[in-house]
Amino acid sequence: MIKTVISTELPVDEHLLIRKNSISGGSGKKRICLVTGTHGDELEGQYVCYRIAQILQSNLADLDGTVDIYPALNPLGIDSITRGIPNFDLDMNRIFPGDPMGSMAENTAHSIIEELRGADLVIDIHSSNIFLYEVPQVRINQLNADSLVPLASMLNLDFLWVHEAATVLEATLAYSLNSLDTPTLVVEMGVGMRITQSYGEQLVSGILNLMRHMGVWKGAVPELEERHTILSTTGTVDFINASASGVFIPLIEHSNHAEAGQVIGRIVDPLHGTVLQDVKLERPGFVFTIRAYPVVYEGSLLARVFREDNA
Amino acid sequence: MKRELLFVLPSPFRDEFRIQGFRFGSGQKSIAIVGAMRGDELQQQFICSQLVSTLQDLEEKGDIAAGHEILVIPSVNPFAMNIGKRFWAMDNTDINRMFPGYSLGETTQRIAAALFEQIQGYRFGVQMSSYYLPGDYIPHVRMMHTGYEDIELAQGFGLQYTLLRTPRPFDTTTLNYNWQIWETQAFSVCSGHTGVIDTESAVDTVSAVLRFMSLHGIIHCRTHPGYFSEVLREEDLITVKARRAGILYCMCKPDDSVRRDQILARVLDPYDGSVRWEVRAPADGTVFFIHDKTLVLENSMLFRIIPS
Ligand SMILES: [Zn+2]
Repeated sequence: MIKTVISTELPVDEHLLIRKNSISGGSGKKRICLVTGTHGDELEGQYVCYRIAQILQSNLADLDGTVDIYPALNPLGIDSITRGIPNFDLDMNRIFPGDPMGSMAENTAHSIIEELRGADLVIDIHSSNIFLYEVPQVRINQLNADSLVPLASMLNLDFLWVHEAATVLEATLAYSLNSLDTPTLVVEMGVGMRITQSYGEQLVSGILNLMRHMGVWKGAVPELEERHTILSTTGTVDFINASASGVFIPLIEHSNHAEAGQVIGRIVDPLHGTVLQDVKLERPGFVFTIRAYPVVYEGSLLARVFREDNA
Repeated sequence: MKRELLFVLPSPFRDEFRIQGFRFGSGQKSIAIVGAMRGDELQQQFICSQLVSTLQDLEEKGDIAAGHEILVIPSVNPFAMNIGKRFWAMDNTDINRMFPGYSLGETTQRIAAALFEQIQGYRFGVQMSSYYLPGDYIPHVRMMHTGYEDIELAQGFGLQYTLLRTPRPFDTTTLNYNWQIWETQAFSVCSGHTGVIDTESAVDTVSAVLRFMSLHGIIHCRTHPGYFSEVLREEDLITVKARRAGILYCMCKPDDSVRRDQILARVLDPYDGSVRWEVRAPADGTVFFIHDKTLVLENSMLFRIIPS
């Protein structure tokens, strides 16, 4: 059933609408929420919403509980290829839990929290930005690692990144919901403005798998190759930033295990026809983030590499 | 005056990115002043340019006090200003959300780190800043409530109001907040406009900064005493939000005294001109902030009123 959960009047004959598809089956009381589209340039979640809605609606007998699907928390951003909310300075994922007395954006953020709190699980799907390509991964604040890592492991993704707490991240949707005791997992995968179908299918099967463990899904879970999810707490994450300004040419496929000394990309100068930097790994590791947008400045993030402690 | 190149970053396709500083006097690091951090902070940059010019005159007359050093950085983001963008053009990140910066991090973190290194250790730090909401407001000094702030100092600018803000998570990465944490007394001077130059309020702001410097013996300069600055907490301001969307027809301006129920604006239907909503003052007071866009959405912030 399609429901409009937030409707805000715009100046000229239009409303900003946030809608959900609420799909229920059986007598189960559990509620799982699938949300995406906070950042208007991230689209990978659209495919996942479409597939989950399609699978559940055609197999209602296998569903025991409610799955609420919210494809667009920032519909104006998605429609205008704008990462944030058009005409608003702050990142929408930096204003939660919002404020009913605040601006339109803060008010919307507050309503979203009220809508989602109390769910048995929220999955917030992001797809990086236009600059970086991410392997399918879950990101968890270390404060919630004990309760969320077991859930996240069932999503069948490649990497599970338990990151440090930072004050500025206290204003994300996931942080706000987790601190209201609504377990929330953040998925990052793919790249902005594109859909990577294979990643989408991987996450769809992971979500069904997790639903089955929670007793909400009795149907089939599409079989995917058995994969070993790497847990970040068994090693270290290194960031590799550009030391020259130029054009980045990647020399590996993403999701790659790279050797020590391997050149994973090159920054070149198109005007002079020269190489400005060979981007090398000092130690072997798993490249889970790689630069997608070619133009780089000094400092632009080129890759994130996970390295096991004993490697 | 010494003009110094404080930071250079090569660009793949444009000229070099440069941050320039103007240093006056020598001795203890007394005050650092930062102008435009966003590409539309024209007023903020203009005020700095006028300060550079005035300080040059003072220096020629020997009126920079001995033992004091002043640093003025009119712009941290000329690249955005030159192409009419607000944020860092490449990735749309806001330099004022990157402090204290990280010299091995992303480009705008590096810019923030380079700037922060240059402006650390000063006794006073002044940022010419714009408000996070688009609009006009009464010029004021803003301080973060971090526990290190000294409100009496802020009153030394002699602007009408001193606004104390309790930081929210997104404030913890701003220059003002980090300056304060690193033991510089930091002030944001909000001169009421962004995107345009208002010479009258620029003159007032330049006077306010000169007044402050003169009060602390950094320059010898005769200034009029200014206002006795009233201290406000941001949470004490009354917010008036739009209950309906449409064309905003505003009927008041910043600093107007208003009475409870007085009509502040009308929201008009953009098709037939009918009045969708009359915006009325919720209490007696003074208009502090007004939304300055022609179109308003439902729930957008229209006014902030200082209750009397
Ligand atoms: Zn995102």
